Amino acid sequence: MLTLTMAACGQQGTSTATTAPSAAPAASAAPTAAPVTRGQGGDLKILYWQPPTILNQHQATGTKDADAARLVLEPLASWNPEGKPVANGLASEIPTVANGGVSADFTTVTWKLRTGVKWSDGTAFSADDVVFTYQYMKDPKSAVTTSDYVDGIKSVVAKDANTVVVTYDKPNPFFYQFGVSGSGAILQKAQFGAFVGEKAKDAPGNLRPIGTGPYVVKDFKPGDTVLYEINPNYRDANKPFFKTVTFKGGGDAATAARAVFQTGDVDYAWNLQVEANILSPMSKASTVGELFTVYGASIERLLFNFANPDPALGDKRAEPDTKHPFLTDLAVRRALAMATDRGTMAKELYGDGLSGKSTCNLITAPPDLVSKNTDSLDVCKYDIAAANAELDKAGWVKGADGIRAKGGVKLHVLYRTTVNALRQKEQDIVKAGWKQIGVDVELASVPAGTFFTNTSPDGANHFFADVEMYTNSGDPDPTALLASGWGTENIAQKSNTWQKGNYARYSNADFDKIIADLKKETDTAKRAALVIAANDHLVKNVVIVNLINRTFATSGRAKTLKGVNPTPWDSEMWNIADWSK
Amino acid sequence: MAAPATQLSGPAALSAFSRPARSLWGDAWHQFRRHRLAMAGLVSLIFLVVATLLGPYVWTVSTSEIDFTQSLLGPGFAHPFGTDDLGRDLLARAMSGGRVSIAVGVSAVLLAITLGTTIGSLAGYFGKLDNPLMRLTDVFLSLPVLPLLLVIIYLFKDTLRQLFGAEAGVFIMIVSVIGILNWMPVARLVRASFLSLKQKEFVEAARAIGDPDMRIIIKHILPNVLSPVLVAATIGVGNAILTESTLSFLGLGFPPDVPTWGRLLFDAQNYLDFAPHWALFPGLCIFVTVLSINFIGDGLRDALDPRKSS
Repeated sequence: MLTLTMAACGQQGTSTATTAPSAAPAASAAPTAAPVTRGQGGDLKILYWQPPTILNQHQATGTKDADAARLVLEPLASWNPEGKPVANGLASEIPTVANGGVSADFTTVTWKLRTGVKWSDGTAFSADDVVFTYQYMKDPKSAVTTSDYVDGIKSVVAKDANTVVVTYDKPNPFFYQFGVSGSGAILQKAQFGAFVGEKAKDAPGNLRPIGTGPYVVKDFKPGDTVLYEINPNYRDANKPFFKTVTFKGGGDAATAARAVFQTGDVDYAWNLQVEANILSPMSKASTVGELFTVYGASIERLLFNFANPDPALGDKRAEPDTKHPFLTDLAVRRALAMATDRGTMAKELYGDGLSGKSTCNLITAPPDLVSKNTDSLDVCKYDIAAANAELDKAGWVKGADGIRAKGGVKLHVLYRTTVNALRQKEQDIVKAGWKQIGVDVELASVPAGTFFTNTSPDGANHFFADVEMYTNSGDPDPTALLASGWGTENIAQKSNTWQKGNYARYSNADFDKIIADLKKETDTAKRAALVIAANDHLVKNVVIVNLINRTFATSGRAKTLKGVNPTPWDSEMWNIADWSK
Repeated sequence: MAAPATQLSGPAALSAFSRPARSLWGDAWHQFRRHRLAMAGLVSLIFLVVATLLGPYVWTVSTSEIDFTQSLLGPGFAHPFGTDDLGRDLLARAMSGGRVSIAVGVSAVLLAITLGTTIGSLAGYFGKLDNPLMRLTDVFLSLPVLPLLLVIIYLFKDTLRQLFGAEAGVFIMIVSVIGILNWMPVARLVRASFLSLKQKEFVEAARAIGDPDMRIIIKHILPNVLSPVLVAATIGVGNAILTESTLSFLGLGFPPDVPTWGRLLFDAQNYLDFAPHWALFPGLCIFVTVLSINFIGDGLRDALDPRKSS
């Protein structure tokens, strides 16, 4: 059944080639590889253990679909590893305030498109296709999974055949919201024009899209394999290197790891979510493949509930006007933070940097937004004695059962997360630390499907628990993450059917002020300072306890494969046109 | 007089005069002791129960203390069952897990058998109740288990947690859920046996001397139905232990840090390559428990079969 053979050549690839964007503001590292010619290489074998089922980023149900579509459908621009846009797509340059592409008030963005680009069927690409894609995404009946990226857009207009103007309702600091990364993949108007709205799901183009990317679909068995061949109309005459691509789905993470590290059956294996103590020896012993990871803004953290989740409150349970009996006490939160051993967690469970590293910050990327003030904070250090002292000072006294209490309130914590072997071990480590400071911890775990929904009382949104744990990722601009996560106006509660993002029910005037300023500020350096201030506020006041900066991508590639340059903000396939052997 | 006596032949009845009176259970125990495998099963089950109950007082190592310097050690002096990847002692965890697993298995099956026998005997004995009760059985058999579990847990989890605490609440819930979803096969078995037995002469005789229905059911027919029920029960215990681990996996069972045998197995599955001891010991515990109970059931069936008594 699975008869993938490897077309390997002996030499080791060491250089990492990337795109060389012409007018990109990004300082993207681009050590140029030896010039390649189109179709020089043979078949590129990619293994995704979750098989793709649809080849349209806007209808994608998962990363695997969006990644498989990325070989065909291109956005205007991509995110590079530093979180800067790169013009390797349909835009000829990246609009900035400096070059006049972005208005000074951050409301309009003017995209200049490449000229002479052709779709794979030979027809000409134009600004109309971009406008059409916006209309397609905007129609709620199209039910696109990328709809967040057209929120708050007033209009997308074609000024001429090669210029598109995006206008936002109000100043938008994240002005690359539309058009960059997979969520901005441009569809051909001629192919999808009749399939806007309810018919969007039935479009034949979802399985055989006509694109501008380096490859076209030759054969696609949904839920199994995609075969690609070179797009004869691709704009760069020397690319892509590989003549064909086999994008194989199926199996599980462990078998994928074996295929790239042990048998060498594939050139690329995606998302190797295997325990560190299994993955590490396998990749180190491999002669054919190597593991690569990329860090972004994926943070595993503990969230404290500021409202009271006591079921006795009935309808008032965990509503923002209730007050948590002990987590509203800063001393308790500080003690819990100090008794959390994130270092051990990173070392033992995440293989000391293999798939994650410890962090006290919420914002860990892009580099200029990362706070350097938190490392020295006492709440970022594991110190049981200091945690005990903190609680002693605050009047929480240990009872006969070893549990601290004050005024009849016992420090009993219900701590919930998803069902996941790794997370349950994290829970064990946290519980062991908290037990030493006289906090009684009750662990709970629910399936991810139940946890990440606004309809379940066991879900993260309802937060009918004292502490919960999961991972958050953000865009290169963290404004939305910060505002929706801890802003007063975004408190999840019954009246908004728990659809807002502030699950912690945190409300603080100082923090709201930082966010309000951040939304208005247009100066890059001042924005960075505000993001850092917001990060420090959350860490210092122990609104959250950040644990691990998890790798955004953890994949394996053949040692001979060159040009792979994963970015934490975009598809792993974002620069597949530049891959070679 | 006990039911099987109605079937005793003449000489056996005569000899009763010369010996002390024999009861059904006395006879059964006499028979049972002669069944070697059953005795072996009984001994090992008693050993397991005693070990899980009293073991933690002898082997006082903590079940939850994390020590990464001791992680994934094979069996040795300090840790007879080895350790898991967080360096916790597996012997201590297996003993404390055994309490929960055995308790869940046995109580859930007791509940299932009680329900099944009651419903099956009523359906089998009273013709009028047969149809409605058997249709009820069909309804329960056709219930989709997972959605039902979700509903039950959604409805009662918080209430039980408040009333009995996290662990006891979950225990009651799991035992009832497993019990309530497993009585149907027992009910069908019991009903079928009742249908054939109620036509037998000894039942007619009992009716002829004026025994009320309940007495006939309990004293005369039920002892003859025990053997299929016991067999079903012994199989059920193993099933219940495994069902508990499935529930834990779905996040519907005990809190994840309560080490039941099923949970230990589940945690160990990815480490079979290089730490087989982790899965081996809890697996062995489940295996020995289920096997012992099966042998005991076997012995009991032989001992209680009136046709086999000497």
